[in-house]
Order: sequence, then structure tokens, then C-alpha cells
Amino acid sequence: MADENGKAGQQQLEGEKRWGAGVIPYAKMGYWEPDYVPADSDVLCCFRITPQNGVDPKEAGAAVAGESSTATWTVVWTDRLTNYKRYQAKCYKVEPVPGAENQYFAFIAYNIDLFEEGSIPNLTASIIGNVFGFKALKALRLEDMRIPTHYIKTFHGPPHGIVMEREYLNKFGRPLLGATTKPKLGLSAKNYGRVVYEALRGGLDLVKDDENINSQPFMRWRDRYLYCMEGVQRAQEQTGEIKGHYLNVTSATMEDMYERAEFAKEVGSVIIMIDLVIGYTAMTSMAKWSRKNGMLLHLHRAGHGTYTRQKTHGVSFRVISKWCRMMGVDHIHAGTVVGKLEGDPAMIRGFYDTLRLDHIPENRAQGIFFDQDWASMPGTMPVASGGIHAGQMHQLLDYLGEDVVLQFGGGTIGHPMGIAPGAEANRVAVEGMVKARNEGRDYVKEGPQILKDLAKKCQPLQVALDTWGEISFNYESTDTADVAETPTPA
Amino acid sequence: MRVTQGTFSFLPDFTDDEIKLQLEYALQNKWALAVEFTDDPHPRNSYWDMWDLPMFDIGDASAAFMEVKKCREAYPNHYVKVTAYDPSPNRATTAFDLIVNRPAEEPGFQLERTEVHDRKMNYTVRSYAADKPHGERYQTNGK
Repeated sequence: MADENGKAGQQQLEGEKRWGAGVIPYAKMGYWEPDYVPADSDVLCCFRITPQNGVDPKEAGAAVAGESSTATWTVVWTDRLTNYKRYQAKCYKVEPVPGAENQYFAFIAYNIDLFEEGSIPNLTASIIGNVFGFKALKALRLEDMRIPTHYIKTFHGPPHGIVMEREYLNKFGRPLLGATTKPKLGLSAKNYGRVVYEALRGGLDLVKDDENINSQPFMRWRDRYLYCMEGVQRAQEQTGEIKGHYLNVTSATMEDMYERAEFAKEVGSVIIMIDLVIGYTAMTSMAKWSRKNGMLLHLHRAGHGTYTRQKTHGVSFRVISKWCRMMGVDHIHAGTVVGKLEGDPAMIRGFYDTLRLDHIPENRAQGIFFDQDWASMPGTMPVASGGIHAGQMHQLLDYLGEDVVLQFGGGTIGHPMGIAPGAEANRVAVEGMVKARNEGRDYVKEGPQILKDLAKKCQPLQVALDTWGEISFNYESTDTADVAETPTPA
Repeated sequence: MRVTQGTFSFLPDFTDDEIKLQLEYALQNKWALAVEFTDDPHPRNSYWDMWDLPMFDIGDASAAFMEVKKCREAYPNHYVKVTAYDPSPNRATTAFDLIVNRPAEEPGFQLERTEVHDRKMNYTVRSYAADKPHGERYQTNGK
């Protein structure tokens, strides 16, 4: 047919032609609707699609809309027993990706009634359910979502949020400091608790189990909890500050997780931790448990790199961030910019804004495709962890701001003078940098000098600077924004 | 010991000029300053006594600093802190807090352990200062 790839070819069919048995293109079934004006209550998605050779991008977009909502591969008459026009997702715009060949941004609107209230498992079963294995596409990536406030309001959100966490911990005005206990595997419970105690008494606010510390033969969970709490309590006594250790409750079953969380509560921990690999249902359950029991909830994003890192296929981390804030976690690892793990500065800024702010305007240079309103849902505290050290404090404060947990694992425990001096170096560096910023100094430019001056009165900081100097991990990012215009700094 | 609550407790105590710069920063951000004092620095003591009401209408760092000075003079052996309050929507909490006075001797805390069962321990942190009644704490020089 001559008009197969033109506009006429994409038009929705009616009557006999639409409902006759057999296979017709998704676009013609009504999943392509260029004139559609999204409703305020619609869920909107932006997918990056890479169609198979010869597949029209509009048809590809329509196919994604179809497969992620009501469609199956052939016409079914039972559609006519439903309010199908309402339930069909509509691809309303397709744009070529600037600078990329055969990739398109497809914008799709979903009626809110397609999704169960307060259920990320249900939302994701539609949006990323079947469609990512779809043969007509070479690759597919969910870049961003606009969650309407109507739907946001059905979610639990962080058990406490940034403001309540700060009031609970009695810590204001500066990034919080943490560390992951190292080595991550192999320490006995008593030695493990020693690391916790030293890091906290030295000046850190929080210490953390690593994602893969659960209950192994070398250290069972109950023993770890008991020794960690001894360390936490001793550090509180020594400093007069609230201290915490994220006790990882990740385990094989919900029953095990509840048991561990209950015990963490009994022994007086202020915070527990889960891994992303436990799944969305388990995360939501733990969010509810945490609010009910006054427990801060830390999320380690274990596993996310398998689907967030490559630009053409998977789910962007900004979408994961959004889902996690909705399900409800108080902390989430979200990148460091300067550390050892993937992180383009503009992309990280987009993740941090998504987690912390109440209104985030569209900003393609930061990978944000839609305005997002959170309707006053409290923010989730981003956590920066992996290959960062005191010598980068000015950059960390500049890139990541104040509402962040900076986690210096190696940068504390690997300090030549010991763990407590390592912690002290980080604490002096962060307080000194915030002081300089508040005093109106150009702390980013003067950062190295500010640190040197602080180190004159703090030997552990001097040693930290001598040891790690200006070490940073400069590799090209894989996940960057694709925008036509040159981005201007905000 | 040194109680390390507050935004800047790991730095040497601020000079008056350094304190004023922080007050200035708060006022630039339209945060309200307030002065509080206590003789019980327990980490869970959320309610230090207020030195008058928060200074919602004082936009001048020198004027705010006068209140800091007055409080310090009235309670030279107490902990005194100045807090900046951020009233913005979805925030409405402390923006930073700065300890501006400490007792000459900080007696610190005791960790009380109660062994319960199955190797479990119940912990309580107690301020040594709270052994004495209000008004009699930190009075080492007969003041």
C-alpha cells in the first residue's frame, strides 16, 4: 500500500476493518494518536525505542503502547466488551533522538485507571512487563515517567523523609557522613562491631552493612546486630550524638526480614537496610513496617546497574528513583559523580532532584522529560558511596548539596592512622567546607586551599590528603543526556 | 569530653566574627535565628530552653548576635546554641545549629547496660550532669 508509512497509514481503523479477525498494525488499532492531549491524571512515559530495520517508528511506539496496556498480537472481539478507548495507552509523539541513528523517543499516555492504587508492582508489570522482550524492537529503554499527583497521593512514600530523619538524628546543616564496613565479607561479628564503633566515635554519623552482608557462616545476623549495637551505643556515649548503623535485613523470605527487622528494633537501632534485589513488593512491605515502627529505611540499589547503565536498553535510574520514593525509602544510593561508579554530573543531578525536590521541571539536559510534582511527598535522602574521599569535599558539596549521605568506606577505614582518625578527617573536612560556603567563599575554586588550611589543625586530615590527594575516577560516562541544544548550566 | 552535636562541633570554637558570618548566612536565606541553652546535653534532649522567642523579625546579624551574647553572659556555664529555622514549604525545620558556648568542664555521659536474656543488652545513655538538679550543674567554681 502506497500510504503504509505515511500519516494516512497510521490512522486508526473503524468498524469492520478494525474488528475483523486477524492481525493489523498497532497504530491502526488506536495505539497511535498524534492528536491526543494527555490528561492531568494520565501516567506519561518516555521510551527510547530502537525499532527493527524497516519498522516505522510510529508503529513501534504504538506497539509499545499496545503491549504495555491492553493489546495482544491479534484482534480480539472481547475488546468491545470494554471501554477500550479509555484503556488503550496512546503513543502521542515520536521524536528522533538527537545524535543517534535509528533511535526515537516515544511518548505514551496511560489512563490512571489502568493501575492499582499504591502498587509499584502493578504499575511496573504494565509499563515494563512484557514489552521489553518485544521482537519488533531491537532495544527499549524507559527514560522517564510523569506520575500524576492523583496517583502519587495513593502511595505511602518514605517512612520518614529527609526532614524527619534530620530531626530524629538531630543533625542539621551539613551532609551526613557514613561508611560501609570493610572488608565487606569475612569479618567475625566482634571484629565487625569494632569497625562500626571506631568509625562512629571518630566522627561519622552512620555506618552501613554492605549489600551482600546478610547471614553467612562467618557471621550470623543476630550476632552482627548485637555487636554493632554495642558499637553504636558506645559511640553515642563518647560523643553525645545520635549514631546509627544500617542493619541489613535482606534475606530469603519476608518472614526472615520481619524477624530481623523486629530484632533490630528491639536492640535499639534507628535504621535498617534492604537491597533493591528483594523486589518491589518486599520493599513496599518494609516501608510500611518502617513507618509503623519508627525505623529509618536505607535502600542499597544492588543490581540496578544491570538495567540502568546502557542508554539503549533498560530503565533509567531516574525512573527507579521515582518508584523508590513512591514505595517509600528514606535513603537510596544515587551516585557520587566523582567516585568509582557510573555517574554523569547532569544525570546525577536529575536523580538527586527527583529524590529531594517537590517540583521538578522538564530538563532534557538532565534527562528529565516531564514536569513532576510530588504533592508534598517527603523527599528521600540520596546516598553517595563508592570511591570518594575527604580531598574531594568541595566537589561533593557542590555537586550533591547538603541533603545527602556521603559514604567514605575505604576513605575512612583505609586511613593510615586508623579508622577513628579517618572518620575525623572526613568530619573536619565536611564541616570546614560548609563553614567556608556559608561564609560566602568561592569554596569550589578555593576547595583545595580550604582543605589544606583545615589540615593544619587536624593531622588526620593532612594524612588523608597526603594519602589520596586528588585521586579521582575519570572515565567516560555511558549514561548521558541526548539533547539537541547545548545545555546551559542551571 | 566534647559534645559534638551541632553543625560545626569538629571545628575549633568559632570566634565572635565567625559566628556573625554564620548568622549573616542564615539571614540571607531568610531563616529565623533563635538562641537556646541547656544544662542537659543528652542527645535526645530535643527541647533546650529558649532564650526568648525565635527572632522572626530581626534581619540584622549584629542585633541577633547581641542576643547570643546576652544568653552567654546569663548562662556562662551552660551549653548555648544558635539555630537557624528554615520556614520554606516542605521544610519547616532547623537549617543549621551552632554551639556558641560550653561549660568549662564537659562531664559527658554514662552508658548503662542491662543484660537481659539471650545475650541481649538494654542500653541507656545518661548525662552525668543530670545527676544534680537544675541550677546546680557545672557549678565547679562556686558560681
